[in-house]
Amino acid sequence: MSDFNLKAATQEYATRLGDDAVVLGHRLSEWTSNGPFLEEDIALSNVALDYIGRARMYYTYAAELAGNGKTEDDFAYTRDMREYRNLLIHELPRGDFAYTMVRQLLVDVFNTYYLPELAKSADSTLAGIAQKAIKETRYHLRRSHEWTLRLGDGTEASHQRMQRALESLWGYTHELFDADPLELQLADAGIGVHNAALRPTWLAQVSAILTEATLTVPKDDWAVRGGRVGYHTENLGHLLNDMQFLHRAYPGCQW
Amino acid sequence: MVTKSIPVLPFAWYERAQRRKQSALTPIWEVLDQVKDPEIPVLSIWDLGVLCDLQAIDGKYVVSITPTYSGCPAMETIRADIAAALEAAQLQPYEIVTRLSPAWTTDWLSPQGREQLQAYGIAPPAGGGCAHAQGLTPEAGIECPHCSSSNTRRISEFGSTACKALFQCQDCQEPFDYFKHF
Repeated sequence: MSDFNLKAATQEYATRLGDDAVVLGHRLSEWTSNGPFLEEDIALSNVALDYIGRARMYYTYAAELAGNGKTEDDFAYTRDMREYRNLLIHELPRGDFAYTMVRQLLVDVFNTYYLPELAKSADSTLAGIAQKAIKETRYHLRRSHEWTLRLGDGTEASHQRMQRALESLWGYTHELFDADPLELQLADAGIGVHNAALRPTWLAQVSAILTEATLTVPKDDWAVRGGRVGYHTENLGHLLNDMQFLHRAYPGCQW
Repeated sequence: MVTKSIPVLPFAWYERAQRRKQSALTPIWEVLDQVKDPEIPVLSIWDLGVLCDLQAIDGKYVVSITPTYSGCPAMETIRADIAAALEAAQLQPYEIVTRLSPAWTTDWLSPQGREQLQAYGIAPPAGGGCAHAQGLTPEAGIECPHCSSSNTRRISEFGSTACKALFQCQDCQEPFDYFKHF
């Protein structure tokens, strides 16, 4: 495409990755003071913080590329639901602990393969953010892996909850491997990642962990998409309401 | 079990130390040594590895810092503290830049920083990448900073801050923080 503007596309891509991170980070932060026990409360808050940190780095970069005086806060707090471009799996409500852990497993395995690819990006800032995030994801995955085994192969009740969570999340995983023309062109330009190519490895590792946890890998018989074009589930509206309220009520407030 | 061995300094630390040694800005490095990590106040940002570089470019002091973890909430305070230290020493103009790459690693901790952590009651990161699979926190065997026993167990992968895990000593029974290898 001749009118392909690399800088604008990179800015959009950084914004999308920031949206993914801030939305999941917010969902995880909802466990703060609600964790099943103290250590787990702290762990989930730590993971949330890692994601919010990533969001800040991606947004700061997007703001730098935009070069119009906007800051990371404008990206997080002043964009409406339809302007958010996060993949839907990140915005779904936190659910019970099993649901949160299954989502983390699916996303952590994805990041385990996605981030090393982004770390090779020709864009040094995106590569730098990915290199930091890889190390954190290693810790995240070890934990979601252990919890999956413990709960999947635990009691009848924990097994059921895990399987139920898995069934209701599976249809949202397909979107992780989609790419629109913008992402494809960025991948071709050596800046983005060819997501689709990651699915076989992702599926193999996720399946191995689920099988070890005595869980059944769901069938690929439904899929929901739309996050990257701004079509969201109603949940994102509620999340943004919560997250953006203060900033919208008192623009530019500081303490 | 962690076995005692001759401490071999990571190459990454050696590189940092050389950069500082060869710099002509010794007094300014020393001003920056006053800036401590707000969450571990015994540790200077140099000893922690957050302070990457100091240069004089076009009559301006350029201080490069790097976050430990992506979401490290201490970065804002560290920036403010660097600014305050430089201004108090009348070292202006200056610029504080954040560098993301190469990613911070516990290999950048100075030998002095490791000792200070230990004295403060935090077990310093064990070994380099080869000591544990992928460098992740082991389940047991981190030496207790209080009684030096290696009969310890991990209570939680994530401790009071992102950079620490929580352990307990089975001998003296004290819980302690372990600064994770990262």
